[in-house]
Amino acid sequence: MTQLIQTLTDGIAVGSLYALIALGYTLVYGILQFINFAHSDVFALGAWLSFTIATWFGLAAGSGATTPPWYIGLAVLALAMIGCGIVGFLIERLAYKPLRAAPRLNVLITAIGVSLLLENVGQLEGMFRGHHFKIFGPYPKAMPALIPDRVLLHFAAVQFRLVDAVVLGTALFLMVAIQWLVFRTRLGMAMRAVSFNHNSAALMGINVSRIISATFVLGSMLAAAAGFLYAMKYAQLKQTADNVWVLLGLKAFVAAVVGGIGNIRGAMLGGIFIGLIEFFGVAYLSDKYRDVYVFSLLIIVLLVRPSGILGKATVEKV
Amino acid sequence: MAETAMLRKRMSVSASESPEELRPPAWSFVPRAFAPLLVGTVVAGILYFFVQPAIGGFGSNLLLFAGINIILAVSLTIVNGFTGQFSIGHAGFMALGGYTAAAIVYYGSFKIYGDASFHGGLVSWTGRAGGFRGPLLGSGDLLFVGATVAGGIVAAAAGWLVGLPSLRLRGDYLAIVTLGFGEIVRVVLQGTDEQLRRYDLELIRSTPMLKLMNKLGGALGFIGIPAYSTVFWVYLWVAIMLIVAVRLKHSSYGRALLSIREDEIAAQAVGVNITRYKVRAFVLSSFFAGVAGALYALQIGSINAGELGFQRSFEILIMVVLGGLGSVSGATLAAIILTALPEVLRFVDQYRMIVYSLLLIIMMIVRPQGLFGVREAWDLFRRRRPRGGA
Amino acid sequence: MHMRAKTLALAVLAPAFLLPILFLVVGCEKQSSSSSTQPATGSASGGAIKIGHYGSMTGSEATFGVSTDNGIKLAVKERNAAGGVNGKQIQLITYDDQGKGQEAVTAVTRLIQQDGVVAVLGEVASSRSIAAGPVCQREGVPMISPSSTNPQVTEIGDMIFRVCFIDPFQGYVGASFAKNQLKLDKAATLYNRSQAYSAGLNKEFVNAFEKLGGQVLIQQAYADGDNDFSAQLTAIREKNPQFIYIPGYYTEVVNIARQARKLGVTCPLIGGDGWVSEELKNAGDALDGCYFSDHYSQEDKRPEVQDFLKKYKSEYGKTPDSMAALGYDAANLLFDAMKRAKSLNGHDLADAIASTKDFKAVTGNITINEHRDANKLAVIQKIQGGQFSYYATVEPPK
Repeated sequence: MTQLIQTLTDGIAVGSLYALIALGYTLVYGILQFINFAHSDVFALGAWLSFTIATWFGLAAGSGATTPPWYIGLAVLALAMIGCGIVGFLIERLAYKPLRAAPRLNVLITAIGVSLLLENVGQLEGMFRGHHFKIFGPYPKAMPALIPDRVLLHFAAVQFRLVDAVVLGTALFLMVAIQWLVFRTRLGMAMRAVSFNHNSAALMGINVSRIISATFVLGSMLAAAAGFLYAMKYAQLKQTADNVWVLLGLKAFVAAVVGGIGNIRGAMLGGIFIGLIEFFGVAYLSDKYRDVYVFSLLIIVLLVRPSGILGKATVEKV
Repeated sequence: MAETAMLRKRMSVSASESPEELRPPAWSFVPRAFAPLLVGTVVAGILYFFVQPAIGGFGSNLLLFAGINIILAVSLTIVNGFTGQFSIGHAGFMALGGYTAAAIVYYGSFKIYGDASFHGGLVSWTGRAGGFRGPLLGSGDLLFVGATVAGGIVAAAAGWLVGLPSLRLRGDYLAIVTLGFGEIVRVVLQGTDEQLRRYDLELIRSTPMLKLMNKLGGALGFIGIPAYSTVFWVYLWVAIMLIVAVRLKHSSYGRALLSIREDEIAAQAVGVNITRYKVRAFVLSSFFAGVAGALYALQIGSINAGELGFQRSFEILIMVVLGGLGSVSGATLAAIILTALPEVLRFVDQYRMIVYSLLLIIMMIVRPQGLFGVREAWDLFRRRRPRGGA
Repeated sequence: MHMRAKTLALAVLAPAFLLPILFLVVGCEKQSSSSSTQPATGSASGGAIKIGHYGSMTGSEATFGVSTDNGIKLAVKERNAAGGVNGKQIQLITYDDQGKGQEAVTAVTRLIQQDGVVAVLGEVASSRSIAAGPVCQREGVPMISPSSTNPQVTEIGDMIFRVCFIDPFQGYVGASFAKNQLKLDKAATLYNRSQAYSAGLNKEFVNAFEKLGGQVLIQQAYADGDNDFSAQLTAIREKNPQFIYIPGYYTEVVNIARQARKLGVTCPLIGGDGWVSEELKNAGDALDGCYFSDHYSQEDKRPEVQDFLKKYKSEYGKTPDSMAALGYDAANLLFDAMKRAKSLNGHDLADAIASTKDFKAVTGNITINEHRDANKLAVIQKIQGGQFSYYATVEPPK
């Protein structure tokens, strides 16, 4: 019983992180029909930016470190989101925009290139013309605690912690905000129009290019938020080229596909679903095949319901 | 002469024969492929006996890996280039073929010879140049060639299993399924049991081969495999791969595949059974990926599934796109360039991967159609002429 | 399209002829620009002795490659400042293998064939040492692995050495310490299934612990790229072990410890030399009262240790992890052997390395045994308040 509740809470907490990252994939896919493989690296960047900004505030990890007032955490989050938003904008402008008319496979390769670039630039450390410099460096670092470590609720041996509540709360808040943005604002309306058809949207007077940029910025900001929350929950950040980021990104992408890619509610549902599958698989079947559960689920869902749980079946236009 | 035969055939089409009857029987591939295969064998022999000693160990090392990459890139071209299906799980097939061949050669050697040392002939000698005195071929070579083909067959079978249900999916979804497949293969191979070693000779001898197939070394990878795959074998397979790919491209099969790539619905409308063709292309492609994996494992003497994840699949995909989707010679050239590029870039030291990724992005932007587009290298010389009657 | 035999021959021949040309180009390139990390000491090319290092300097395992390289570079710098070996300066050439076996093979071939190094240092990961080791063996160039712990690495042949523990020894150290000194009988293990170091050490620990009469209640695993261990830790908690053996790297241990404590797992955690890093302080009090086996104690008053710690800190601004210390030792052991060797010819050098006795290294006094592995003692470190300090010494099994 304890294990059941524990697994459930863990699955949902991690699932909500997947959901946030999945939103970024889904937004971009909805508009450009392209898998942004660099998204997981923007997520990593978000986590590392949070770390760097937190150290600017003079915070450090380790025993005896006190947690700063709540608004510092908020400021770190906001700054990381702005930073990633700018990076997302630049990536789209410099790497993807010139390929707007190119085959999708090219854009995919470019995305892989961007991903490699971000990973390797992030790990840079060395000497340049006699000066020591470093981006994030090749070593893992520990994120300073920005949220007090407090147990909110006890249930048998299961503890609900403040960190989990903040992760879940922030994730839910951002999802609701995105939902509102896409379905209740002019920008959202424009985004939906562009995702429906670029040309018709352009004819309606929508600046398609600007909307695409906005989507990338939005997706990158969500990834940054996910990175921040990840850093809150898991403290130790691995270097940017570590597999952990790509794998998290891949699982989030799987979540987006399982939920129905291009569908915002689907991404959230898929994220939670994948988180639960992963945790229940490890807890009740075998720890051996963690990723196998996720990818098998993906294959099964795609075979049974190719457009995902909430996705609409589309007829390809001739 | 070949042209008149072709002409005769083409004329007979108009005489209301169905395309099925027009197609020569499958076995006729053997005599028709004989001449180019002979050329390929001679080229492989020249590379092994003359070029390799001339360029030294480092050069031949790159030559080997370039050859393996050519097989990988060209085989993926059949799926991604000809048929237009996104597959990003190619390394998974490579891993399957590699592990299968490694297990057969390793455990087979124990069963046959009682140890896992080299029992091949001169053409398979991977040791120090000139350090081998013996016949051209040894009994171990048979084991090696058999294992390579078996690796290909296992990969092809996996390709069929994955392809049959998932090739009904379109575009990106197929890509994701193949990606998932590749990751599953990696995780499962990394979770295999410990390899049996020479101390367990009796156990190896008494265990049936199939039961040994889950003792593949887990996280450490499968190691201690006797190395057989030389420049000769690799380029013999490169020749086979190129012959198959070029022939396929210009056959009615190949045109059916290309038609699927251009427009699935239109292809279906003119009577191409798209699922069947896709699956066949996929199986063929997986076969060669498995062979490449086998050559790889039996060259290094060890194979590690951890290195054959989606990143490896991406590397192969990059070769295909860089060469030009559907261009066999393009994929070949791209495979060579991308094998050598990291070595050429060594001088930028720690910025190597950064420069590499920037080059990739720039290449995609300035030349989105790849090196040759869908055309072949030799088409470039007669660009002005109108394209052939096909 | 007309398909003629001629075209086909061209298809086969064109790439075949392109290849050698390309490789000649590559060949010329590298003569002029070896990516040497040697600081300009003047007599670089002429009389210098070249040694090579291959490691994962970029990519997902850069953490370990860069640390090792830092250690090696420090050793080379010191040696050159002290006049080099036999009056000749040492030139270190480092090649990145991106954490891939194929690249490791290429890098080592290049080091030996193109750059003409007299010895090779590397790799951290056993799987890559096993991939590239045969090249060194075939070419007759000694290779010293700083930190590949799998026993099979040195079984490649008489050219392959190492300066670190092997898994069976370190597994025994952990087991014997827990069983005999802490008097604990019920263990659980949590290891990284996709890393040979972790999986190998786990296996050897379980073997040794059970042989000593202990009981392993549950073995749980995770994989590279996993960040959440709560499912495994929950399963371990259900079994209520007296301690958990975690043979992973510090890059994961901090997270594991924090998550374990959050889940109410209070028993001590015990690990291996992969834990060594100042990053452990980031676990806060989660690792208080935990132990790990190590090569040496940083409080050790031996001059080798204190010198190394001071120099490393001033050079790189942080305390060295195991990888750096072992890299430093591998390089110094090589220099020592070079001094004693009859010539720098591969086999003479290998003989000199093989006859190393009681070499005073940072990570303990190293004697190379008949398996070309390093015989040395292990120490147990205890963690308190994010710092670790010497706790006990463990002798090799009788």
